[in-house]
Amino acid sequence: MGHAMIEWIYVGVVVMLLVYLGAAAWDVERFLDHPPKDSKVIKVTGQQWLWTFEHEDGTREIGELHLQEGVPYKFEVTSRDVNHAFNIPDLTVLIDAVPGRINTVWVMPDATGEYLIQCREYCGFSHYQMRAKLFVEEGVSNVSAPIETQDIPVVLPATKAAVVSN
Amino acid sequence: MWEILFSTHHTDVGLLYIILGLVAFMIGGALALVIRTELFLPGAQIISDPNTFHRIFTTHGTNMLFLWLLPFASGIGNYLIPIMVKYKDMAWPKLNAVAFWMIPVGMALVWLGMADFTWYATPPYSILSAKGPAAEMWIFGIKILGLSSILGSINFIVTILKMKHPDLPLMKTSLFVWATLVTSIMILVALPTFTAALIMLFTDRLGVSGFFNPNMGGDPIAYQHLFWFTFHPEVYIFAIPAIGMAYELIPKFSRKPLFSYQSGVTAFVLLSIVAFASWAHHMYATGMDFTMKTTFMIGTLAAVPASAMHVFNWIATMWGGRIRFATPMSFVVGGLVLFFYAGAGGVVNSMMPLDFLTHDSYWVVGHFHLFVMGLITFAFLGMLHYMFPMITGRMYNERIGMVTFWLLFVGVSMIFLTQHVLGLYGQPRRTFDYVPVEPLIVMNQISSVGAWITGAGAALLMGNLIYSAGKGKPADMRDPFQLGEQYYDYTRKEPHH
Ligand code: HEM
Ligand SMILES: [Cu+2]
Ligand SMILES: [Cu+2]
Repeated sequence: MGHAMIEWIYVGVVVMLLVYLGAAAWDVERFLDHPPKDSKVIKVTGQQWLWTFEHEDGTREIGELHLQEGVPYKFEVTSRDVNHAFNIPDLTVLIDAVPGRINTVWVMPDATGEYLIQCREYCGFSHYQMRAKLFVEEGVSNVSAPIETQDIPVVLPATKAAVVSN
Repeated sequence: MWEILFSTHHTDVGLLYIILGLVAFMIGGALALVIRTELFLPGAQIISDPNTFHRIFTTHGTNMLFLWLLPFASGIGNYLIPIMVKYKDMAWPKLNAVAFWMIPVGMALVWLGMADFTWYATPPYSILSAKGPAAEMWIFGIKILGLSSILGSINFIVTILKMKHPDLPLMKTSLFVWATLVTSIMILVALPTFTAALIMLFTDRLGVSGFFNPNMGGDPIAYQHLFWFTFHPEVYIFAIPAIGMAYELIPKFSRKPLFSYQSGVTAFVLLSIVAFASWAHHMYATGMDFTMKTTFMIGTLAAVPASAMHVFNWIATMWGGRIRFATPMSFVVGGLVLFFYAGAGGVVNSMMPLDFLTHDSYWVVGHFHLFVMGLITFAFLGMLHYMFPMITGRMYNERIGMVTFWLLFVGVSMIFLTQHVLGLYGQPRRTFDYVPVEPLIVMNQISSVGAWITGAGAALLMGNLIYSAGKGKPADMRDPFQLGEQYYDYTRKEPHH
């Protein structure tokens, strides 16, 4: 029956496409899931309705975060009250901040500038205003071993325009 | 007229379900217009207090899922299932009426409470921050609606499997019967998990337990698993009846037999099973490990071929047919187009690295609305127009019907396709306000204008139906849509039976 044959071919094509996409996703995520060994740790704490950051040397910042270009950072994210989500849209950084848990996510900023940090999980009254600013500054030291990030879409050009301006 | 309120006859109960669903659709739609009007410009527009905004979108979402989609599908099922399996009524008519009458009670609790914790009611927010009694009213409202859903499902399953005419094999029944059967079974499997979670949430709120409360050693993530184990399958519970309606209408209006009945049944059964293997694709960002993420990505992608089979079946049926684009068919084909976009967006969501772009952004709002408003609501409205002669004995105005279709199709595309872009620009969902930069403002405005167009379309649609129910031309009950085949083999119950 020619009819059934057409449908089998169609389903076969769909399945092959999905396998390809799934494998590609797996391959990228495999890389993104593992922070480089030499990452600097930043402790990120969300609470209704602000962000606190703590650097490795113990310095703290509230509502602002200063990082250096070309340095890999590992964020250890948690919350003091309800769920939040730590999000830097321009750098595709997104992870939930859950009380009682520490979630990690990493990024290596590759361009200096000012970026928006925001909460992306509903957390109540001022959720929509739970923002902070990320300042990426020129690296002081030439950070050693460059890691392969070339073909990973860490920065999406399309999201550039959303950088906070006020 | 009023006896219908006390009736247990399946078409009366069906009509009550349909009317309640349409009322919910209208008042929930009004809330959506408030939301979109507020977001037309950055800054506070018509609402001054963010908490009011939160209560509005919580009630909007809860209402649309549980008081529009579920009741309306049950209404059409009530009308058609007994006829399609050739039985005089539902298996248990009284239980059927009881299941219906629980809904207004749940509805009153949800609407009068207006909780503010989103339709997820995620802890710890829902335990620590959400205000009572709104939260409790929501919890009990949803419990009652869930129970109603379970009773309704049992009734459908028994009606289909036990009351079906002995000369009618299951494999000869309409695919809408299969859709209802599969959906009802899924409800029985999916719902208990969230039902349990709701009780745990309630006792957590009372402070007597700490299942999800981290301050008492509980784990809020556990709630999300229980929630999504119910509600990922639930998205198919919403969608499958609509898919069944598309199967009902497409061959009729293409004036051609269905391409493959077998493929339709296979895809339904496949979908209903695989739907249970993907719930944690909503939780990639909760800190799941790599293996878990991969597992759930595979589970999610595995459901796609079944959906693709339905689409193929519809297109193959329409191919070479003499299609009559009357209002019902237009809605179904419009829904099919939106279904296609929605599925493509869904595949993007399920690919782990990309989900970190889309998750909890406006993209997700666009994605699931292309299903709930696009595919599902469009198929429902198509079916409503198709059944209009059967319900009222009259015809609606076809020209106005087509105008309403185009208003809704253009409006819905404007709202939800742009919301995908908003998501890529990083606008989080569930936000009362946004960063005032040009691209966000423009996209939000297109979305809001689309909402007003949709609102106008929906109002006109209801006007058309209400007016025609009383004053429309009497329908030709043999073949009201001139499709050259017998309309539902059913004699309308006269008033005062
Ligand atoms: C058949 C009808 C479908 C319906 C009704 C539906 C509905 C939904 C809903 C309601 C959400 C929103 C969750 C939220 O509020 O965050 C959602 C998210 C999602 N959907 Fe669908 N969906 C459907 C099909 C699909 C398909 C076919 C796929 C994948 C191939 C898919 C993949 C996803 C993913 C991965 C998410 C999570 C997005 C995120 O939050 O990051 N969906 N869907
Ligand atoms: Cu938040
Ligand atoms: Cu899902």
